[in-house]
Amino acid sequence: MRAVVTVIGKDTVGILAKVSTKCAELNANVEEVTQSVLQELFAMIMVVDISKLTSDFATLSDSLTALGDELGVKVHVMHEDIFNCMHHI
Amino acid sequence: MINVYDILETIRMIQDDCLDIRTITMGISLLDCIDSDIDKACEKVYEKITTKAKGLVKVGEQIEKELGIPIINKRISVTPIAIISAACKGSPVKFAHAMDKAAKTVGVNLIGGYSALVPKGFSAGDVELIKSIPEALATTERVCSSVNIGSTKTGINLDAVKMMGGIIRECAEKTVDQACFGAAKLVVFCNAVEDNPFMAGAFHGVGEPDCMINVGVSGPGVVRAALKKYPDADITGIADVIKEISYKITRVGQLVGTIASERLGVPFGIVDLSLAPTPAVGDSVAHILEEIGLEKCGTHGTTACLAMLNDAVKKGGVMACSRIGGLSGAFIPVSEDAGMIAAAKSGALCIEKLEAMTAVCSVGLDMIVVPGDTPADTLSAIIADEAAIGMVNCKTTAVRVIPAIGKDVGEELDWGGLFGCGPVMPLKKESASKFINRGGQIPAPLHSLKN
Repeated sequence: MRAVVTVIGKDTVGILAKVSTKCAELNANVEEVTQSVLQELFAMIMVVDISKLTSDFATLSDSLTALGDELGVKVHVMHEDIFNCMHHI
Repeated sequence: MINVYDILETIRMIQDDCLDIRTITMGISLLDCIDSDIDKACEKVYEKITTKAKGLVKVGEQIEKELGIPIINKRISVTPIAIISAACKGSPVKFAHAMDKAAKTVGVNLIGGYSALVPKGFSAGDVELIKSIPEALATTERVCSSVNIGSTKTGINLDAVKMMGGIIRECAEKTVDQACFGAAKLVVFCNAVEDNPFMAGAFHGVGEPDCMINVGVSGPGVVRAALKKYPDADITGIADVIKEISYKITRVGQLVGTIASERLGVPFGIVDLSLAPTPAVGDSVAHILEEIGLEKCGTHGTTACLAMLNDAVKKGGVMACSRIGGLSGAFIPVSEDAGMIAAAKSGALCIEKLEAMTAVCSVGLDMIVVPGDTPADTLSAIIADEAAIGMVNCKTTAVRVIPAIGKDVGEELDWGGLFGCGPVMPLKKESASKFINRGGQIPAPLHSLKN
């Protein structure tokens, strides 16, 4: 079971580190990361394994969204199912 | 890995283009609540609804959080109350109060099924229930009502049509202090469906299982945004784009319904393949039609564009889910669609054109504000016209018009929220009283020699 974490916003030092630290705290294992910085716009997509989460999904989602607010970036945490169902037959 | 562009597309559809799941509606049968003692029956109704739907809102919110997509409404539909109330004496309004209380307890915003099915005539309980609709809607907050007055197989019950004109007026008159909102919670159907998840016309048909989850999807904004990328495509190309996007929208509906049904331990019924607008900017069906190439929705060409849109939405959605049902098609409520409101105000969109549009899409004359002095017989004649379109074309049609008591053309009614605001639209002044007062049954139409 995996979730997709997307982070979009103005680039600052340590975004990737802080987001992955928060994931580690809740035992969400980072499996893949794609990241790019285009004209100061930071865009990261992270796929995390959530099958051994120590919290429920809502806590993961809320704490990452709150972290995003702190860093001034927009964070979305969505279950992989929504992407799989929409884009695969 | 999941494709980056797919991820960003999904997020953009939700964030920028108002993609949402419009409703998860739990259908609950009340047939086992029938009792000759009305108070006992109401108690059973309350118990059954609050037991079955206990987890509905919570599960809806969980799914919303996990998938990151808004689920706007969690709702309930029940067995038409006329069937339940037929066994007992006393005013059926008590059932409306029990439904309202149950809706508030479980936290759903609307509950449908204060309904009667009278396409071929009235049985015990039907007339009492229909007569009590104005009081039921004026004294409850969340209860919605519907009456089926005709079908392709039975023809149209003109006695019921006559009655409903008066009932609509009374609903508006009794709720003048709420901008005549009572009439906005009442739908008059021809060919009503039993598994419709959309309000105000949802009820849980007697052919349905004890409890069921139905899902209604939305996404006019997403369709328009997709069309914007193809300014020069021919109309076949446009239809293809709509099919693709409709597939994606409907897949999410299927996913949400599957998860909800698992978690609630209730079978998953159908996905309603719909484009349901809201008054929010960028969530309008009228704007899709304008994107296709109409200067204003309602002008010549609107019916053709809408027919193509409605068909493409269904074709795209049909492969995306296991079972389809409900009203399935593009909705064209006037007050709930920013583009329709603008078109009606400008005069481009008139009630006659809306009537033509309903022949090729879901569902009918919906959320239309008419002058406050409109006679009941004229409202009945509007219902008869609309029902005839449904009867002859083997489709569901409906009328939800709101007489703006004390107001006339040039003024408007404003409810705010999802219900929006609607300008008073002009009607014909000539009477149809003699026709309506003839009563009787319009015979069912012939199904060969089609022309």
